[in-house]
Order: sequence, then C-alpha cells, then structure tokens
Amino acid sequence: MSDDGFDDIPGTILFDAERSRQGYHLNMFCMSLMSADNRATFRADERAYLAQFPMTPEQADTVLRRDWNGMLELGGNIYYTSKLAACDGLSFQNIAALMTGSTQEEYAAMMLAGGRSPEGNRSKAEWRRG
Amino acid sequence: MAEIIAGVATSHVPAIGAAIDLGKTGEPYWQPLFRGFEPSKKWIADLAPDVVILVYNDHASAFSLEVIPTFALGCASEFAPADEGWGARPVPFVQGHPELAWHMAQSLILDEFDMTIVNKMEVDHGLTVPLSLMFGQPEAWPVKVIPLCVNVVQYPPPTGHRCYMLGKAIRKAVESFDRPLRVVIFGTGGMSHQLQGPRAGLINRDFDVNFMDRFTGDPESLVRLPHVDYVREAGSEGIEMVMWLIMRGALEDRAKEVYRYYHVPASNTAVGHLILENPSLPQQRIAETRIEFGMPQLDRQPEDVADEVIV
Repeated sequence: MSDDGFDDIPGTILFDAERSRQGYHLNMFCMSLMSADNRATFRADERAYLAQFPMTPEQADTVLRRDWNGMLELGGNIYYTSKLAACDGLSFQNIAALMTGSTQEEYAAMMLAGGRSPEGNRSKAEWRRG
Repeated sequence: MAEIIAGVATSHVPAIGAAIDLGKTGEPYWQPLFRGFEPSKKWIADLAPDVVILVYNDHASAFSLEVIPTFALGCASEFAPADEGWGARPVPFVQGHPELAWHMAQSLILDEFDMTIVNKMEVDHGLTVPLSLMFGQPEAWPVKVIPLCVNVVQYPPPTGHRCYMLGKAIRKAVESFDRPLRVVIFGTGGMSHQLQGPRAGLINRDFDVNFMDRFTGDPESLVRLPHVDYVREAGSEGIEMVMWLIMRGALEDRAKEVYRYYHVPASNTAVGHLILENPSLPQQRIAETRIEFGMPQLDRQPEDVADEVIV
C-alpha cells in the first residue's frame, strides 16, 4: 500500500499495484461480462460461473452479495465492477449511491445540489471526528 | 508542414453519450450542459480542422488488466466504437490518419517517449463522447482522429509533468510532418469526480475553477501537482485531468483561452470545457470568436448548482 498520503483519504480505495495483483481474477471475471453470452451463463448459475475464475472465496462472496465496497477492498476496480453493475441493469450512479449508503433519491439530490463537498472529506481524521 | 492550431479540453462522461444517443439532450437535466457546447460546435465547424489528436483514457474496453500501456497511440485507419456492456454507441466509425500517427510514433519514440503502437483498437466513450459534444450527430465524423490512450486507471498513471512534456513532443512531431494539415488536440476527462467508495459523489468546484484559471496562462504551476492532491481534492477519478496537460503542452506558451464552460452535474461528474487557440491562428478569427460567443445567460437552478459560461 502506498505511504505517500493516499491512505489518509477517507472513503477512497486506490487501485494500486497491490490491489491489482490481488484483484486480477475478480476484475477479469467482471471483464468477461462484456459478452452477452457470458452474461446469460452467469445469470443462469452465478456460483458455477464464478468457479471458472481462480478468485478467493471472499472475493466470490462479495460478488454474490453484490457488496460493491467489499469488491473494491479486495482488489476490484470500479471500471470492472461497473460491468457487473451493468449486467444487473445498474448505472454508475446507482452503484455510487449503494457504495455511499444513500438512497438513489438522496444521492441524485446531492449531485444536483453540487455534489459532495470536499470540506470535511479530505482526511480520515475528519471522518473520525464526524 | 502540419500545424497544431488549437486545443479543446472536455469531460467525457458516459451518461452524456447516452443522453445524446437516446435523444434526451433537450430534457431539463441535460439542456444546460448541451447549450454550453453549442458555441464550441460552431467554432470547430468554422475551423474545419483536418485531424484531431484525441487524448483520452480507456475504461476497461479495449484494454483490460492483461495489457496496461501508459501511452498508446492509435495508428490504424479505422477504429470501431466499443460495446461497453450495453451495446456499442450508434456513432460513426472513427477514421484514423495512419501516416501522421506513424510519423508521430517514430518522432515521439526517438524523442524518448516510449509509445505503444496500436493497430487494432476499439474506442469507448472516453473518445466518442468528446466527438459527439463537438461535432454532434453526423453520418460520418468530419475529421480524421488519432486516438492517444493514457492509463489513468491503474496506479500510478503518468505524472502531470510527463504528460505536459509529451504534449511538447507531440507539437514537435506534428510540425515535422511534411503535409499541410491543420490539427486540433483534445485533452479529455475530469473534472472533479469520484465514482467509487463511500466518498463517491465528491465535487470540488474551487479546485476545478482554479485548475482552469491556471491552465492556460500558468500551466507550469500545475505540472508538479502530485497525484495525491488530485485524488484528495478532485476525487479518485479527478486524476483524469493529467490528460488535459498533454493538450496544454502541445500548444504554444502564448495560447489564449477563448471559451470556457463549467457545469455540475452530469451523473457523478463536474463537466469542464475549455477552448484554447494558438497565436498562429489569424488574429481576426480570435476576435470574431470572442464576439460571437458573447456571454450566454447564467443558469443556476437550483441555487447551488454551478453552471456558468465564462468567455
């Protein structure tokens, strides 16, 4: 993990070398969903489809539970996990809302009002203080 | 001799492409955004460049984790729009300019930029959304396009300084091409946005406006900005703004900003847009452009939404 300040940014998961190695098969599973045939096979039996990819049981579990933050923490990258989202009929904004723990309405309203302010969102210490 | 005459910076949000493709540009959510690009469409139609060098990033479409080139130059004669999981965008195939692209590859590599040469590549929304914003929905794109694909997904992406210096090397490469081509370079991506994690939705208007303020007249002050500052201040995907610096480096130091537009939100993203002209463009054109763009009315609904046009 990098020690040059990235780790102090709250609520943000950097796709660095370590996560890329960790998440390779998880991400390549997501990449396989670019094909309509693969999407159909996956939907028919998610567990069986996932078994083709040598990811860890924890990674497979985050996929089955659609734990969008969990996938990122185990090496997933948003541009790959968004392909799983698309397979589920979810947009970038839909999964962004899920990752922030907001309802779709709350999240969309926040964006319309100018987005999440950087104030209070720059360091983990600020989040701990609430 | 070929010449770079102007630069365009713009975000490349996929939802903008979807809005165009689904005929939603007149809806209240989208109408202000597209209105902001109307002067730009007229500007580039009047300018009628021969070639666009389009700096963008691939979003796990043409490249996956199997191969991650830092700088990939599209040298093919044609590039198909990518199917990003919901069908390819209904836009024309992109016609390349292999002669200039190969010339650039040779010149850049001998200039110590170790480019990846790509002869087959599909292009995703990162490339096609900027074309749609600037050229609308034609039967065929009215310019040849040379894709320059930059890794900004896998850390570390190239530094802002490296991008800026690559831009300078691109200018040298283009100017040594022995055909009278008029070239515009697009730097795309940004502005502030974060698509992932509990901090998703971050928008930093102050950072974005400051970045645009310094971009034209004082780019040297931006090129040493470390990656961590982009991520902390402009969100994890705000790092895409390093690609704008390739465009800036390819223009002359004395380039002038002739148009600016900034709008929040497009889906999760702050949309920033600049047009810069090199001083070598006839002075008359700059003067005409400035008058023609005028000052469209500010649109702020609701109150807090940043949406403005500044000339």
